[in-house]
Amino acid sequence: MSAPATAAPIAAAQRRTRPNVGHLVAHAALALISAVALVPIAWMTSTALKAKGTELEWPIQWIPNPIVWDNFVRAHTILPFATYYKNTLTIAVLATVGAVLTSSMAGFAFARLRFVGRGPLFMLVLATMMLPSIVTLIPTYIIWRNLGAIDTFAPLIVPSWLASSSGGFSSAFAIFLMRQFFMTLPHDLDDAARVDGASSYRIYWQILLPLCVPALAIVGIFSFVEHWNEFLGPLIYLNSDSMRTAAIGLALGSGTFRNTYNYIMAVAFTMTMPIVLIFFSAQRYFMKGIVMTGMAGR
Amino acid sequence: MRGALAPSLARPRISRVRLRENVDAYVFIAPWLIGFVCLTAGPMLASVVLSLSDWDLLNPLRLIGPGNFVEAVKDDLFWLSLYNTAYYTFVSVPLHLVAALGAALILNMRLRWINYYRTMVYLPSITPSVASAFLWMWIFNPDFGLANAAMDLLHLPHSMWIWDPDMAKPSLILMGLWTIGPQMVILLGGLQSVPESLYEAAAVDGAGLWHKFRHITLPMLSPIVFLCLVISLIRSFQVFNLAYIMTQGGPANATLFYVLYLYRTAWESLRMGYASALAWILFLVILAFTLLQWRLSRRWVYYEGELKR
Repeated sequence: MSAPATAAPIAAAQRRTRPNVGHLVAHAALALISAVALVPIAWMTSTALKAKGTELEWPIQWIPNPIVWDNFVRAHTILPFATYYKNTLTIAVLATVGAVLTSSMAGFAFARLRFVGRGPLFMLVLATMMLPSIVTLIPTYIIWRNLGAIDTFAPLIVPSWLASSSGGFSSAFAIFLMRQFFMTLPHDLDDAARVDGASSYRIYWQILLPLCVPALAIVGIFSFVEHWNEFLGPLIYLNSDSMRTAAIGLALGSGTFRNTYNYIMAVAFTMTMPIVLIFFSAQRYFMKGIVMTGMAGR
Repeated sequence: MRGALAPSLARPRISRVRLRENVDAYVFIAPWLIGFVCLTAGPMLASVVLSLSDWDLLNPLRLIGPGNFVEAVKDDLFWLSLYNTAYYTFVSVPLHLVAALGAALILNMRLRWINYYRTMVYLPSITPSVASAFLWMWIFNPDFGLANAAMDLLHLPHSMWIWDPDMAKPSLILMGLWTIGPQMVILLGGLQSVPESLYEAAAVDGAGLWHKFRHITLPMLSPIVFLCLVISLIRSFQVFNLAYIMTQGGPANATLFYVLYLYRTAWESLRMGYASALAWILFLVILAFTLLQWRLSRRWVYYEGELKR
């Protein structure tokens, strides 16, 4: 182990004086917490695979018998979930591209360029982090309505291209995170480039942005996940069935399933899985992003 | 450091270089600035006007002065939804914080499999809110649900959970404990940034676990705890999805939360003016509590930088 020399003897002393009872208690507590965390997910999966009717057996049968994969096919064809997922993906991807681009542009300016009003404007960014989104909801809806954009994806995508928050995704946080990251990059990079006559645009796009991949990944992941999960926005802006996202499709269409929880859980499962995959493939960025939220408090 | 370059290199035509940099900077922040004006500041101003008017989207807007606010004061559902939301917020915010802190403290221990535990505790938090709303509706099912199965296991009587007016809010708060992940990770990050040397110094002075927690961990963590409190208070005052999907505000309006009432006022009754007034009242309530938290924070939040000043 590469533990610092001073820590090792102390840790060893603690281990000697206090036998592993503490660790055992901790393991027991963690096992319990983990069980509470995982059991509902197991129950969702199990229900999704049960034959219709057997989900109502009491006491609960944890292993479905028989296993009915067909629930997934039925659940996703009774309602047009292929369309719903296509819509969800379209919104999430397009919004994420915009969010990553515009928040990194603003972050670059706040970190690397000196301009009149930089301080106050950045304070404004931070202030919007605290702004409850509900206060702008109605007027924003009216703006989009006047632009004839109701029942289109525009109100759900365009705000991200203007580095504005939409739904659960806080663009102020994205700008803050990008700025913090740009500030950690050595200034020699810009200085050398400027001596060579590079413009701010080239410094941003060709020199600094390629070094920002971790921060871009964090913003991208969070934007994608939040837009995938978004509920209130699509609920307000999308009316026709063919425009619905998966979340709205399930929420408004669940009546079609007539309380058949096998189907409802099957849809809940497919809605959750992409996020789980992203989480496991990019866990490092995921956690980093959340810890960065805490940095805002320092 | 940054100032060093510009003066030495650009002294002859400083104004031109500075101008250039200013123009570039505003190009870079232009999307945000446009967004801020059109989607935040503008709408906020517009909503002041809306809150003083009567408008159903179809007929011309009619200015009526403070009538909407007067109506709110007399509106039983307004008070009820405010009460429900305050109940939800003031129970769930501290409870979830304590739970997240407890989990973070255990997950900060140097144990075997600790990364697996952290992953498992975090996993529920990534479930999309709509998926988890339906999952928990099923869990709370009085006849076949997991919640009552757990009650059997603990030899406790069954409950109607979200279908019982008295249990509906506590049930939703309980459900929230499932998704303490993000707070837990933020606090864990804070715990890991506490310098080890502080604990070692305290150990030399013979401090026990409780003393270390009380006099090192808590003060060092307090800025992050404060941030968690501020953010989660703002969020939970705007709770909506759960009530909309799981309970539709019922039973007996027990989960008619503020934003649900606002949503119905705006998009079901098409009373945009009154709903805007409701939005402003909620904004002011949240602002008041946020400012109060800032005020109180001076008494208990410890910033390391203060020592240097």
